[in-house]
Amino acid sequence: MSEKNSSVLPTQSKQTTVPIDWSYAEAPESISHVTFNKSYGLFINGSFTEYNENQSFESTNPANGECLYRCTEASESDVDAAVKAARTAFEGVWGNYSGTQRSHYLYRIARLLQERAREFAVLESMDGGKPIRESRDIDIPLAAAYFFYYAGWADKLSYAFPGKTPKPLGVCAQIIPWNFPLLMLAWKIAPALACGNTVVLKPAETTSLTALKFCELLQDVGLPDGVVNIVTGAAKTGEYLVQHPDIDKIAFTGSTEVGKVIQRSIAERQLPSTFELGGKGAFILFDDAALNEAVEGIVNAIFFNQGHVCCAGSRLLVQEGVAEKVIDLLKKRMQHLIVGDPLDKNTDIGAINSKEQLETIQRYVKTGIQEGATCFECSSSLPTSGYYFPPTILTGVSQSSSVVQEEIFGPVLTIQTFRTTDEAIEKANNTPYGLANGIWTDKGSKIFYVGSKLKSGVVWSNTYNKFDPTSPFGGYKESGKGREGGLSGLHAYVKLDNNGGVY
Amino acid sequence: MIDRIPIDAVGVQERVARLCTRSIKKESKLQALDLALRMMDLTTLEGSDSEGKVRQLCNKALHPYTELPNIPSVAAVCVYPNRVALAKSILKDSSISIASVATAFPSGMSSLQIKLDDVNYAVSEGADEIDMVISRGAFLSGEYARVYDEIAQIKEACGTAHLKVILETGELGSLENVRMASDLAMKAGADFIKTSTGKITPAATMPVVLVMLQAIRDFHVATGKKIGMKPAGGIRSSKQAIQYLVMVKETLGNDWLDPSLFRFGASSLANDVLMQWVKEKTGRYQSLNYFSND
Repeated sequence: MSEKNSSVLPTQSKQTTVPIDWSYAEAPESISHVTFNKSYGLFINGSFTEYNENQSFESTNPANGECLYRCTEASESDVDAAVKAARTAFEGVWGNYSGTQRSHYLYRIARLLQERAREFAVLESMDGGKPIRESRDIDIPLAAAYFFYYAGWADKLSYAFPGKTPKPLGVCAQIIPWNFPLLMLAWKIAPALACGNTVVLKPAETTSLTALKFCELLQDVGLPDGVVNIVTGAAKTGEYLVQHPDIDKIAFTGSTEVGKVIQRSIAERQLPSTFELGGKGAFILFDDAALNEAVEGIVNAIFFNQGHVCCAGSRLLVQEGVAEKVIDLLKKRMQHLIVGDPLDKNTDIGAINSKEQLETIQRYVKTGIQEGATCFECSSSLPTSGYYFPPTILTGVSQSSSVVQEEIFGPVLTIQTFRTTDEAIEKANNTPYGLANGIWTDKGSKIFYVGSKLKSGVVWSNTYNKFDPTSPFGGYKESGKGREGGLSGLHAYVKLDNNGGVY
Repeated sequence: MIDRIPIDAVGVQERVARLCTRSIKKESKLQALDLALRMMDLTTLEGSDSEGKVRQLCNKALHPYTELPNIPSVAAVCVYPNRVALAKSILKDSSISIASVATAFPSGMSSLQIKLDDVNYAVSEGADEIDMVISRGAFLSGEYARVYDEIAQIKEACGTAHLKVILETGELGSLENVRMASDLAMKAGADFIKTSTGKITPAATMPVVLVMLQAIRDFHVATGKKIGMKPAGGIRSSKQAIQYLVMVKETLGNDWLDPSLFRFGASSLANDVLMQWVKEKTGRYQSLNYFSND
């Protein structure tokens, strides 16, 4: 086999030129079409209460750190009023509606969300810091999809539970996090309403805007008063809601720490509950995988939504033989990630949700380095104002490192190597969490073998961070209990005639 | 000789979809249009190509749009071997290269000797660049060494002419095969790897080109050599061309954003780029009637 030509470099074409330094010009999404108030009251019994300056808090735009709007912090009596409104609506109206009637409202909500998708996407990015590419292509379309999906179940519940009569639970207290504000709202409200329950929902204190705008949408839909109530506030408001004696169910998504507090506080009440908590997902990359696509998968697993994802693949476990190559490819790929204004259409990584979260991430990375890790950051320049953190990988970590053990909730990936399949499984499972893992291999049998050994609610194969309304989502171990999404998601919002509730 | 590298077609498509979300506006769009024009191989490869047609194409290459005299000229014109001399006579004082297809284009279904003669003829007529086709039949039946040897010998026959190796990806059946053929062609001495002849559907597609760009990147890491890329066929709009440039930038880096390392093989793309170019310069769209058809 002749290699004689291999030393010949490509001849220059006649036009010799200097390669250009081509970068993308700013491409900001327009905000001229969105409106929102400077201050908001609470949404109770179908209308907004007066904004109360004396018990209020501000919500900042994390892209610049400036105040975006102010919210009323719901007091104990406010929460009580919301629960009462929900109770009245449940007993007087919603609980008596047929499934067909309920589905009509849910379909209307879904359609209106689609119509106003661009507006909600812009608001979500302004309030939470996530890139418009994600809020536009993922958050909002998916939120609408959940409403469509559960609208479809509303009049078919008896088929979901053959031989049993599903009955609504009553008033559901729902608390959602700041990482996917409208999407988490949809995950909670859609199945609850489909099953005939009414709702009091508390959004996270840093991201209330889309929930409050959603209330306007509910008014347009003509949803009966009190079926959905939104109370804004921080931990104290959440506590009032959880402690309220007249709620029939708790659904919480948030940190494992707070999840434990809530579980302790409801331990004596026999209250049906679902919890979707933290995670420390492993991204297991075998040497026979399609490496280029796996690298793209890593980017989606850990840098999606600034890493503010409970199911993020924050631990890369890569087979020793390809580790060097994968890290090299990943570093190259990271050079093309753009960190910046969440409203720029080319932004890959937006702003960190809050100053507190930014400090947490910074602290973790510092600790990681102190514990011996080597740190590599993407080279994109960061905006000078607002809360930003570059995509980061930490190599040279071990299973005992705190950055490997604890959830960072930021764009920080730890990288460990393994030699055998069993070692990978052991490392993946060696965590208090069990929400999601990913397996990357070209071999189908390996996917089934490893997948069956992983202790986590979600296992993705050759992909990561994929969500669909038809698919159940939830955790093992300290990552939660109960499932949201799909048929399983209905279980959490019904009692069945002969066993009085599943969870 | 060449490893088979696993490729996940779904993952490739997702990467392409994400690349296509890049929004290229204002000065970066103008830069991209300028580049696309400078990277273009204006092509006519019809059995009915007359002298007049080739003359017209060459004039288009020299004067893309007379209203704006500072508009950049294209990289090359691409013609059949028996039209090379004519193109040469028109373009000899310009910076525009003359590319010629050869090696029993488009099927490659002939003997090696005839292919070599074809190349020698095109080169002797004055071609600066040779666009050869690989023997897809040999490749698909696993005769990789034969494909390799053919490329190596044709490279030798090219002398100082630039060799572009057409893989005809539309006939290779899988992205794994595309990757393997790319690796093979580069090892055998290709200066450029090229997707298609334009005679087979599908011609250039973004997933195929992404896989080829990755092969070029890995070859560069392994050997330090920069191989060029030429998608050909099916790229008709400026928007598509810009998406390809985004893909090149984010896979290989800005170094490859140069006509010496990236070309578009296209015929109808030129007028759309010109139209967009004029629009960016003047703020107004011109009717297509103002752009000459070549």
